[in-house]
Amino acid sequence: MGGMYKEQNFNFSENMDFETVIGLEVHLQLNTATKIFCGCRNVFGVEANTCVCPVCLGLPGSLPVLNRDVLFSGIKVGLALNCSINTFVKFDRKNYYYPDLPKGYQISQYDFPIAKAGFLPVMTGGQEKRIGITRAHLEEDAGKLIHDDAINATLVDYNRTGTPLVEIVSEPDMRSADEAYDYLTTLKLALQYLNVSDCDMEKGSLRCDANVSIRSRGETKLGTKTELKNMNSFSAVKRAIDFEVARQTRLVIAGESIVQQTLLWNEEKGITIPMRSKEQAHDYRYFPEPDLVPFTLTEAEIDKVRCGLPELPYARLHRLIEKLGVSEYDGTIIVQDKTFADFFESALALGVDVKKLCNWMNGPLMKELNDRKCRLGDLKLTPGMLVELINKVEDGTVSNLAGKEILAEVVATGRKIEDIIKEKGLTQVSDEALIGKIVDEIILKNPQVVEQVRSGKANAAGFLVGQAMKQMQGKANPKIINEFIQRRITNV
Amino acid sequence: MITKETVNYIASLSRLHIDEAENAGFVRNLEDILQYVAKLNKLDVAGVLPTSHVLKMENVFRDDKVSPSLTQQEALSFAIESHAGHYKVPKVIE
Repeated sequence: MGGMYKEQNFNFSENMDFETVIGLEVHLQLNTATKIFCGCRNVFGVEANTCVCPVCLGLPGSLPVLNRDVLFSGIKVGLALNCSINTFVKFDRKNYYYPDLPKGYQISQYDFPIAKAGFLPVMTGGQEKRIGITRAHLEEDAGKLIHDDAINATLVDYNRTGTPLVEIVSEPDMRSADEAYDYLTTLKLALQYLNVSDCDMEKGSLRCDANVSIRSRGETKLGTKTELKNMNSFSAVKRAIDFEVARQTRLVIAGESIVQQTLLWNEEKGITIPMRSKEQAHDYRYFPEPDLVPFTLTEAEIDKVRCGLPELPYARLHRLIEKLGVSEYDGTIIVQDKTFADFFESALALGVDVKKLCNWMNGPLMKELNDRKCRLGDLKLTPGMLVELINKVEDGTVSNLAGKEILAEVVATGRKIEDIIKEKGLTQVSDEALIGKIVDEIILKNPQVVEQVRSGKANAAGFLVGQAMKQMQGKANPKIINEFIQRRITNV
Repeated sequence: MITKETVNYIASLSRLHIDEAENAGFVRNLEDILQYVAKLNKLDVAGVLPTSHVLKMENVFRDDKVSPSLTQQEALSFAIESHAGHYKVPKVIE
């Protein structure tokens, strides 16, 4: 096979002869203040080689010392993924030469990872599926390489070297790209709730490699796998897997064999390309890290972490439904973003109807977020402001329509709701004399519609309300108009 | 069995250049070590935990507190070559 593979436009997932087998490896950068083995700041996007020291540069004579918070974040992740936590933890050297690794080895964990044998319940294809977690282990991140064609060299920034990572390895339990996608979104959500990482794929805080193979349906042995790398979003993971499954299926149908190799996803071209690297076949020669003594944890320490875990998305959804009266539909949307769910609960606590709040948050507010392609944390809107707005719509101060206009303005500027209402003249007219006068006119102009209302046609009254609203440029209180219309018509 | 090829392979993984004479010496050395380990393997060690560290110490931590880093100039001062604040190395991906 050549270096590149063109995608064909047919769907192999409908090919009943083959089954797709996917296992995922997720690398998560922890959000501790400092690196895993030294006191350099753990930050992204600062000037190259300014957060480095003798330890993370691997200078002779320097010694690593484990950041306690890294170990405990690892325990948190393990517990959240229903893993058992090893009470004996040690680190190991993974030896290989590559310029992103100044020591010539990566400190990782081999046979005693922090966590093992867990699972994550994932809603996929309309039902819950448990995806097995093989293990989660701690390790240090490598540096960043920039391949510069202009000077025909590779440039190395070691700021990232020593950034604490948790690598979460799943069992090969996923059977489609969609399942892999659902696993990743569920995993990311749980990790966000734990607040151990910003989980930002664009910054590389969360990275995913996929091991993909196919086999004849009914076969229990695994086929030869390829490892997919370089996917920068969950949707890219999905596209890369779909592409790779199609490629492998074509090869097998053509009687060719799958070569075990690492493939890089090319987002622009939508294809996978075999990784070409000067690095020889990997033979990591793991051995116990002599620069770090082992760690032992007591059951009491692990229990303490377990008790301190935040409520996870799955549990939160159930509480919203059972304790706060949120519908399953609304709740599912609300828990998808921890900030969004926190905002919801803060707002609810301030005193507002739960269904109204759900409608406003999952409707107009979500629309604002989508339109602006931003998250709630980026906005100047506070829970108090949203509650004030909803209650102003509810008590008739402003119309529903004006409420949405005000929301857009608040979201954009963070200005006071009162000021926006005054400035835009959005106060709803509840002046009964004025409304009465306009309703009378409308009734006189539409005798047939009035007849329809009398004969019990509900929609007909709506038409009259609409006419009156139009006359008053949408500023009238439709409830009051409706009351007037009903009263006038039954009195005539 | 340690062969000349095994020694060459290990040397290449470790980026070491060794000549023929050195290679022969390493074959003998490594073979002796393996024979000694084979002898140890005959011992009954059921119930003995593997040693993972020679020191009788455990749980050595540091707090998550920032300490000063080197300046970029200091960090690059021992680089063979540098460019625009980066270490410059031969291109690793074609």
